Amino acid sequence: MDGLDILIVVGRVLAVFVLLLVTTIFNVWLERKTIADMQNRIGPDRAGPFGLLQTVADGLKLFFKEQINPSKVQYGMFVLAPFLAVIPALLLFMVVPFGRPFTIGDREVLLQGADLNVGVLFILAMSSLAVYAVVLAGWSSGSKYPLLGAVRATAQAISYEAAIGLSIVSVVMFSSTRAGGTLSLAGIVESQAGTYLGFIPRWNLFPQVVAFVIFFLAIIAETNRAPFDLVEAEQELVGGFHTEYSGMRFAMYQLAEYINIFSMSAICATLFLGGWNGPTFDGQVPAWISAVLPTIWLLIKTYAVIFAFFWIRATMPRLRYDQLMQIGWKRLIPAALVWLILSTVAISVRQFGLPWSA
Amino acid sequence: MSGLGAFLRGLRVTGKVMVDTVLGDGLVTTKYPQEFRQKPQRFHGRHVLNRYPDGMEKCIGCELCAGACPARCIYVRGRDNPPDQPVSPGERYGYVYEINMLRCIFCGLCVEACPTEAITMTHLFEMSTSNRRDAIYTRQELLMRPDGSVPHMFPEDPLAQPAELNTADGWLRATAPSGVAAYEGVQAWQGTPGPASWAPEPTQDERDA
Repeated sequence: MDGLDILIVVGRVLAVFVLLLVTTIFNVWLERKTIADMQNRIGPDRAGPFGLLQTVADGLKLFFKEQINPSKVQYGMFVLAPFLAVIPALLLFMVVPFGRPFTIGDREVLLQGADLNVGVLFILAMSSLAVYAVVLAGWSSGSKYPLLGAVRATAQAISYEAAIGLSIVSVVMFSSTRAGGTLSLAGIVESQAGTYLGFIPRWNLFPQVVAFVIFFLAIIAETNRAPFDLVEAEQELVGGFHTEYSGMRFAMYQLAEYINIFSMSAICATLFLGGWNGPTFDGQVPAWISAVLPTIWLLIKTYAVIFAFFWIRATMPRLRYDQLMQIGWKRLIPAALVWLILSTVAISVRQFGLPWSA
Repeated sequence: MSGLGAFLRGLRVTGKVMVDTVLGDGLVTTKYPQEFRQKPQRFHGRHVLNRYPDGMEKCIGCELCAGACPARCIYVRGRDNPPDQPVSPGERYGYVYEINMLRCIFCGLCVEACPTEAITMTHLFEMSTSNRRDAIYTRQELLMRPDGSVPHMFPEDPLAQPAELNTADGWLRATAPSGVAAYEGVQAWQGTPGPASWAPEPTQDERDA
């Protein structure tokens, strides 16, 4: 480990950080614009070309606003909570490989914050940690609506965490038939390289379509997006857990929410849509294009998932709380369990043959 | 399964609207300060006090507009015309004429009440002020100039469109000056107030042709 290695690590982390912040600025604009289009409106178009700088303007406004401390808050926790929201959101993306590894000299550079061999577990851990920020915000605000929002958030996150975990288990198990079993996201991406029949990409989506649907629904709930946004249901809870927040602290919750959307969509694309896999035309085009194309494929897949987020948000009314719990516990988790058993049986039969055939 | 069908139908609706909007269909919003929409012909905007083509004021200070006003926003005081230099063709003229635009509901009853068509409405509606006193339009602001143009309260305003002040609302089109519904062949209405001479209304056959 010499200076260059450290430089590469720092560069990787910085790249992830910058990517997340820049895409957040873009995603807020994209969401407002997409939903405006779906609602027959124009959307933000004043600041900068096509209104792209609207998010920057909003961020600057929040930056210069007063951060109000209501008299009943528990100050330490109240100040800490927004940071606890942003940090897991940033860490979540660190394990996602966002490009094909390339070599500088004799060193291999991974385009990934960190290639953890327990990457999938890390994702589950970080997305659960984000709940702490919400709960602490609700508790320390000393106000009833944030508390209600926080209680809802806890119940919701725990319910849907189970569905996410179970659907990921079947993916991991399936990819173990190809790549020898790994929880590393880089390994899962590599296991999806190649094609079926020469033209259908070997994504986990096709054999694991039920797990994909369950995972997709659960990450909508996990990131507290409509129609599962009961945590911050404006019509019922004022602003939900961030009711008492203002200025930059409020902006940090928004930042965390949009980073979570991007990260979760990228994880969805990595687990089910083949990650950065895609035609790179090696040898037919300049080398730098081949090096950049995988990142572009990942971004395209990620934005397809994000677009589905926005589309569903513009279409569906918010669920009632009991409906939310019913979908989580009575639909998604049993479905994930049944699918897990089915795919386990299928994988075992393929690997070991039928039980009576031995 | 019917739930899934409803879900997909809902997605189709929003998707279709999005495609339409991106392609530019059905978007009714205009970029207002840059683009102005064509207003309906009978749009009720700011009032204007008209003059006859010879420059005489039409208002005779009868206060019928003030009587008709449901918002009580018009204040008129009449005065006898000076015999040597009459302001209006009648006995009297309105020498105080004020409309409080903050109270006005733009119903147009004053226009209907006016026996001489002295007060009509225009298409101008950008009348916001930073001062309550500025919202009370007096005779100086309401009365058109002898050349037929209408003074704008804030000519420097970026939203000022002087042409709108010269676009009369459609009330006069609906009623002939003589009170006869069959107004064909008489000088009835023009798009702009003012002393210009205008052509008689065409007959039905001419309009159909």
